[in-house]
Amino acid sequence: MAAIELRGLTKVYPGGVKALDALDLVIPDGEFFALLGPSGCGKTTLLRTIAGLEAASGGSVLIGERDVTGTQPGGRDVAMVFQDYALFPHMDVTDNIAYPLRIKKVDKATRRDKAAEVGARLGLEQLMDRRPGQLSGGQQQRVALARVMATQAQAFLFDEPLSNLDARLRLEARTFLKKLQRELGVTTVFVTHDQAEALAMADRMAVMEAGHIRQIGTPAEVFRRPVNTFVAGFIGSTPMNLLDGLVRGDTLEVAGCKVAVPALAEGRLSDGEKIVYGVRPEYMTYSDEPAEGGIGGKVAIVENLGASHLVTLDVNDVIVQAVVPEGSEPAVGDDGYAVPRSDRALVYRDGELVS
Amino acid sequence: MTPRFVLGRIGFYTLIAVLLAFFTIPLLWLVTAPFTSDPTYEVRMPDFTWENFQAVLEHPYALPSLWNSLVLSVGTALLVVVMAALAAYALSRVRLPGRDALLYALLLLSSIITGTAAMVPLFQLAVELNLIDSQLGLILILTGGLLPAAIFMLKDFMDSTPKSYEESARVFGASPLQIVRHVVVPLVRPGLATIAVWSIANVWGNFLMPYLLLSDVEKQPAAVITYTLYTEGGQANLRMLSTFGLLYSVPVVLMYLFVSKKYGFRFHGGIKR
Repeated sequence: MAAIELRGLTKVYPGGVKALDALDLVIPDGEFFALLGPSGCGKTTLLRTIAGLEAASGGSVLIGERDVTGTQPGGRDVAMVFQDYALFPHMDVTDNIAYPLRIKKVDKATRRDKAAEVGARLGLEQLMDRRPGQLSGGQQQRVALARVMATQAQAFLFDEPLSNLDARLRLEARTFLKKLQRELGVTTVFVTHDQAEALAMADRMAVMEAGHIRQIGTPAEVFRRPVNTFVAGFIGSTPMNLLDGLVRGDTLEVAGCKVAVPALAEGRLSDGEKIVYGVRPEYMTYSDEPAEGGIGGKVAIVENLGASHLVTLDVNDVIVQAVVPEGSEPAVGDDGYAVPRSDRALVYRDGELVS
Repeated sequence: MTPRFVLGRIGFYTLIAVLLAFFTIPLLWLVTAPFTSDPTYEVRMPDFTWENFQAVLEHPYALPSLWNSLVLSVGTALLVVVMAALAAYALSRVRLPGRDALLYALLLLSSIITGTAAMVPLFQLAVELNLIDSQLGLILILTGGLLPAAIFMLKDFMDSTPKSYEESARVFGASPLQIVRHVVVPLVRPGLATIAVWSIANVWGNFLMPYLLLSDVEKQPAAVITYTLYTEGGQANLRMLSTFGLLYSVPVVLMYLFVSKKYGFRFHGGIKR
């Protein structure tokens, strides 16, 4: 078990593309940490640089307070699960799980025992003689996990661990992975492009964009208080309303409506300033009647989310979305009013959170 | 069914029959003549005699030459497979400037190296290196001739195996040679089998190089010995030629059947996409 620390980590690809730009990050011992971002943001490069599969162009990587920047992948004492699992197709499950031990020159009997023990822990007892080609996606994933567990490495690295599973299985695997990580207590870093996955599984997460970390925090912090408009727009199953506005005295003018200054920004704004007003659709109270501090418009679209509905209002040609509980959804064309919760609404100035 | 159509069909099948006969008759001769007591150039019903085989057995160089062929072809195939596998792996995984140009140049040159064009310089080279009349020398030269094409073919196999297998092994601490042994070779085994068979068949049928470089008749392979099977009168010895020809072709046919059954010359990956 070990903490992972990155100091000024930079990766420049030949051709001048800067995949990582002077990243600083500390992942404490035993943490389940998510690297989240859109494709091409450098999250996979970061993971591969920690593993040693990519050489850093600058800065350093420390694992358990040991500087491993120049160490080969095999000497870093980390184990990695690849997106395609990379199970060796010519070996059966036992040999696959035992492969790291074979490299460490552990004798055959011990290897088989260890593989059987780890395999049993992940419910693979019946499958130990099969080849990867005879396993389902979920079983292959468990074999890949068993293989990294057999290494007893200081840290685990997972590259998009759930992306090869179908939607139903992904939810089960999410719970399973989180439980397993908690039980093992091994520092684990995983990469994902799915914000719901990161929110659900991680103890803490980093949101990345174009080689930079835009926010580090617990899922709750990142969800409730995105520190900039990039993170605000990226996190959340239904995108946050980000509306251009103006400060008018002690209220805000947003999409032609008057709304109250959110609690967080109170006393920090000056009259006439241009701002972006952000509020999640989940933090809006919808009503049919004109309401104090509400944003009023015509209902343009109603989308069914299951237990609730996503109502899209057309407010003076600006789109505003609100989540409405089932049973009280409006009809398209109705007049509607959405009142933001002032303890959850946020104000951004030049793309950064005002707080 | 116009008469014109019928005539067209008849003409078409006749043409095919003639073409087929053109290729089958020599093969028929090869399987019947060895069992005939006095073979001519005609294909005849054999009288099933074993005398011709007896004669081949008694010939001082016939059977040893088949053994020589085996030594030369298997030796060359082993060298080609090992060296081509290592080179193709490196070329497939390491980015070199001008790599593709290099590969194409090698492929182009390979057909010249063991070909007639380089006959004289190759002979000179072998004389200078004291490799004349040595089976090892011949194996080295044949290997050199086959390697470029083998590397070219194997690189394709290597390119099509996902990198994550090797990266996975690397993170577990495997050395490059361990990765090749444990992961890459098993994955490209059908490719290696193809290269081995191709090399063996190539050397087995090669006449020019052993003819040039091996003057000791005890070291010469079957392809060269065939050339010496004449009667005292200077006529082609059809009894010996046909029987020896049959013995010469059977091992290659058997090898093809065996490998095709074992590997099927198919690519099978078991890759999670």
